[in-house]
Amino acid sequence: MAKKIGVFICTGCSIGEALDTEALARVATKEKKIPLCKKNAFLCGRQGAELIKQDVVAEGLEAVVIAACSPRINYDVFDFGPSTIVERVNLREQVVWSHPADDEDTQAMAEDYLRMGITKAQASELPVPYLAENMVKSILVVGGGLAGLTAANEAALAGYRVVLVEKEPFLGGFAGRMYKSAPSRPPYTDLEDTPVAGLVADVEASPLIEVHTKTTVARIEGGPCLYDVTLEKDGQPSSFRAGAIVVATGARPYDAARLDRLGYGRYANVVTGVALEDMAREGKIQRPADGKPVQNAVFVLCAGSRDPGHLPYCSSSCCVESLKQALYLKEQNPDAGVYVIFKDIRTLGRYEEFYKKVQNEGVIFIKGEVTAVSEDGSRNLSVEFADLLLGERAEAAEVDLVVLATGMVPSTVDYAEQGAEDCPAGNVPTVQQPVLNLAYRQGPELPALNYGFPDSHFICFPYETRRTGIYAAGSVRAPMDLAAATEDATGAAMKAIQCVELTSRGAAVHPRVGDLSYPEFFMQRCTQCKRCTEECPFGAINEDEKANPLPNPTRCRRCGVCMGACPERIISFKNYSVPMIGNMIKAIDVPEEDEEKPRIVVFACENDAYPALDMAGLNHLGYNAWVRVIPVRCLGSMNLVWVADSLSKGIDGILLLGCKHGDDYQCHFIKGSELADIRLSKVAETLGRLQLEPDRVRMVQVNIMDYDKVPGILDDFAERLVEIGPNPYKGF
Amino acid sequence: MVNKSVLVVGAGISGLTAAIEAAETGFEVFLVEKEAYLGGRVARMNQYFPKLCPPNCGLEINFRRIRSEHNLRFLTSAEVVQVAGQEGDFTVAVRQNPRFVNENCTACNKCAEVCPVERSNEFNYDLDKTRAAYLPHSFAFPTRYVIDGKACLGEKCGKCVEACAYEAIELKMQAREVTLKVGAIVWATGWEPYDAGRISAYGFGRFPNVVTNVIMERLASPLGPTGGRIVRPSDGKEVQKVAFVQCAGSRDENHLPFCSSVCCLASLKQATYVLNANPGAQVAVYYIDIRALGKFEDFFAKVQLEPNVTLIKGKPGEILEDGQTGDVIVVAEDQLARKITQERYDLVVLATGMAPSAGAQVPLLGLDDRGFVAPDQVPGIYGAGCVKRPLDVASAVQDATSAALKAIQSTVRRQLNG
Repeated sequence: MAKKIGVFICTGCSIGEALDTEALARVATKEKKIPLCKKNAFLCGRQGAELIKQDVVAEGLEAVVIAACSPRINYDVFDFGPSTIVERVNLREQVVWSHPADDEDTQAMAEDYLRMGITKAQASELPVPYLAENMVKSILVVGGGLAGLTAANEAALAGYRVVLVEKEPFLGGFAGRMYKSAPSRPPYTDLEDTPVAGLVADVEASPLIEVHTKTTVARIEGGPCLYDVTLEKDGQPSSFRAGAIVVATGARPYDAARLDRLGYGRYANVVTGVALEDMAREGKIQRPADGKPVQNAVFVLCAGSRDPGHLPYCSSSCCVESLKQALYLKEQNPDAGVYVIFKDIRTLGRYEEFYKKVQNEGVIFIKGEVTAVSEDGSRNLSVEFADLLLGERAEAAEVDLVVLATGMVPSTVDYAEQGAEDCPAGNVPTVQQPVLNLAYRQGPELPALNYGFPDSHFICFPYETRRTGIYAAGSVRAPMDLAAATEDATGAAMKAIQCVELTSRGAAVHPRVGDLSYPEFFMQRCTQCKRCTEECPFGAINEDEKANPLPNPTRCRRCGVCMGACPERIISFKNYSVPMIGNMIKAIDVPEEDEEKPRIVVFACENDAYPALDMAGLNHLGYNAWVRVIPVRCLGSMNLVWVADSLSKGIDGILLLGCKHGDDYQCHFIKGSELADIRLSKVAETLGRLQLEPDRVRMVQVNIMDYDKVPGILDDFAERLVEIGPNPYKGF
Repeated sequence: MVNKSVLVVGAGISGLTAAIEAAETGFEVFLVEKEAYLGGRVARMNQYFPKLCPPNCGLEINFRRIRSEHNLRFLTSAEVVQVAGQEGDFTVAVRQNPRFVNENCTACNKCAEVCPVERSNEFNYDLDKTRAAYLPHSFAFPTRYVIDGKACLGEKCGKCVEACAYEAIELKMQAREVTLKVGAIVWATGWEPYDAGRISAYGFGRFPNVVTNVIMERLASPLGPTGGRIVRPSDGKEVQKVAFVQCAGSRDENHLPFCSSVCCLASLKQATYVLNANPGAQVAVYYIDIRALGKFEDFFAKVQLEPNVTLIKGKPGEILEDGQTGDVIVVAEDQLARKITQERYDLVVLATGMAPSAGAQVPLLGLDDRGFVAPDQVPGIYGAGCVKRPLDVASAVQDATSAALKAIQSTVRRQLNG
């Protein structure tokens, strides 16, 4: 049975003056046979909204089509509860504010948008949330160092059950081996005990945390709220179900053996910061070669970091850690000569005050580059360096100890096992250390962003990575110090908790938070082409041995990339589908060729391109009235059949407006816009077969601030279409 | 009775994040913002480093999250005036300042069209003007106009009242007080640029072509007072030669003794603004240390390779003006070349630091020696973002996410224990 729909047209905000709203109403009542169509001069006002509400109740409307302002405005006024579908037709920003009033083309545009909106409302169904049996909310934390302990403790403090897995026989990790930590509170000048011992005690005492030491994760299957985890301890497997995962496996010091130019491995008195930390913790910093006291020491910063031949990135924590260790030496022997040779001292924020304190303690800082380290017969070291401020070569002689501030390498990669060819500067190391062993079609570990760190690419959303429900925290995610790792782990625990809360209600996580729709697969028509399983940016779809897709709805982010990828069009959401958009295209009234009014379908990313079009309207920037904009969840959800639908309908051109892709991609579904571009490149062939010009289809990367450029982009495309001439399929 | 709702004060990137994260986890959240729009400082930034992407993109996602989140209610033009009570049971007095425009506003712009008076546009750091009835900026959320009560002529004018077809304008609107009962508070009132006028040797306020980094963001923004053209304030001339002066106030015992964490990267980013607008321009950056942590090093390395970017190690001692041309002259010791330099520029950008902006004098709030919200001072009240310490955007978002969890713990703590 057809859905009961009401159409409400607002005539305020110049809509009434610019358009023939009577004619518009006839589109609904006569053409689309919607008996209930009302006009109001102030639809978003109290009375207007009340009018709709009354009709929803009295007429039992299942869907309302609101032809007024942009869906980005008055979202709260036009919310009639979860059982009423609301479809917004953007007459204001994208029609009357960006096109001349009382104009045939503007009117045609408004009428088409209303047809498309009604068509969409007719095709849309209320989503039914995905709820599976035995969904759980407990959190698996992998790694028992500072970040893992923190994540576990913080989640438990919010009332969630946690399983903490540590491969070593004890908790504490890297930070657990530290003697002291850098200051974390005012006045930011004094060394502190690390928080690790206290955390271990809290975690071990918590009734909500189950700790497994000497244990690794052998396998993880499923998705958020449904992770079936297999642990392995002493060769014995055990299983349980978890809701979300925090990966906090930490970092390792960069392999100092590769730093032989700095004398490491050749001279026993050249040590790493880690070794110095061990000596400090054990109570005596001395020359490893002969146990003699340390009268003077040289710290070499960026030992491996900020070096294209080793680690191109900055390891973030070594400056402050070295300052701290310089104080260890001063604490042990106030007369010791302590020198720090640095490129830049990176003591951000309040650490600057710590830097000041260390300077005041008599530690000498030299901006320089170490060129060689050598040893004399009594095992004293000599450090040759270029002093950049004095502009001369200098030498520190009779040095007892050289401390290398080695950088950080994420625990998820293994540099030691790979040659230089595996890790050319700036590239992601290829050898992965198994940590999660995910039974995912797209691979067993978190995809790395750069240098092996599974960091987020998003500045605004630093916890968004490519595996739903799995959050990396601490120095495995990015190089960071103890204070940052503590905050990071607390945030990751928050995201894990949020994930289980949303998922257990059947709702999506970021960025389409709360979306209850999810893709459904009509498997009878699947041809096992694997495109959906390969292209899902989040690895949500597994495959069976016959290459059938096995969707995991709780891993899904609802971008629709699978829907766009599927050549058989078997993937649909209740409120977003290939035929729905196809029908919207078919609803466009395409004028005859001799009218010389081309039509352009624009698929616009709803997060960036669509608001940019709104902004063009808000600023009353005019653009071509031949365009018909269809917002899409992500350009990656664009199915090529829409191009065919458009062309066979007589549409003259198709324009895709999506986010920037490439290294600094801005697509919030990671690969969506890039995939759209790739798909589009394949369309040329189809167009040739139809004897159509490839220029009829164009993709332009825009961002939300390009609202001033968007009119030019649309006009330019329209001009090109005029040159090409009308679509020969018009009228067929 | 433990109150399970959370108050977030400040709706910049930290406050927005804390509020949305908590609400999406299922908690009732009140978000209070003193400006008439959400987004705070980042809404006034042109691009983020290192991706050079527009902040409005992420804000749009956050605003969409707010639109679909029934657990979150926000108040704009509102300030916290009093906090009483304890963890799990705070009573908060909020003053809602008059906007003079009610929720009927459709953002149709008719009021601004007829408004006869202008006001200085503080959103653009007073570089241009708006009418007294105005939309704070094109991407303002909520998309609703405001009337500047100080500039407005009031009812004796009343042109906007006549022009508004929706009875949206209430020139008699008064401040009112709202009381909120919450279990925990996240204080995310952010930062303000250090007052560059206090660094007297740098001439800010005296020389028009000495600007600050936040002003540079507006000059480069397509939504800014120049439509994105980077020009000299004195004569509107396109800039050919620009100097960035790092640590203008930061790392200085006489001003801000701490490092402001973001200014190095902000200036490197702004160097790309200058070069993108005018590839022939010359950029110099005067620095003490370049602080590009982690993967930001890649961005530093990339900008460093630009042939038209010169890095000069040295903190300028003085900035002078050539009164005839408006050019500005930077006097500094180039420490690596070991000489005193005097270079002439079209524009000098001071990389002014971040001063904490703890806002209202709320006695319960524990501030440290520098005015930052100190950790663990008051159970149930948590600082988030730059009011806690200087942070870049991604770190502020992480911090705010962690603060949201702390707040949630406060609302469940007594239930767990009791």
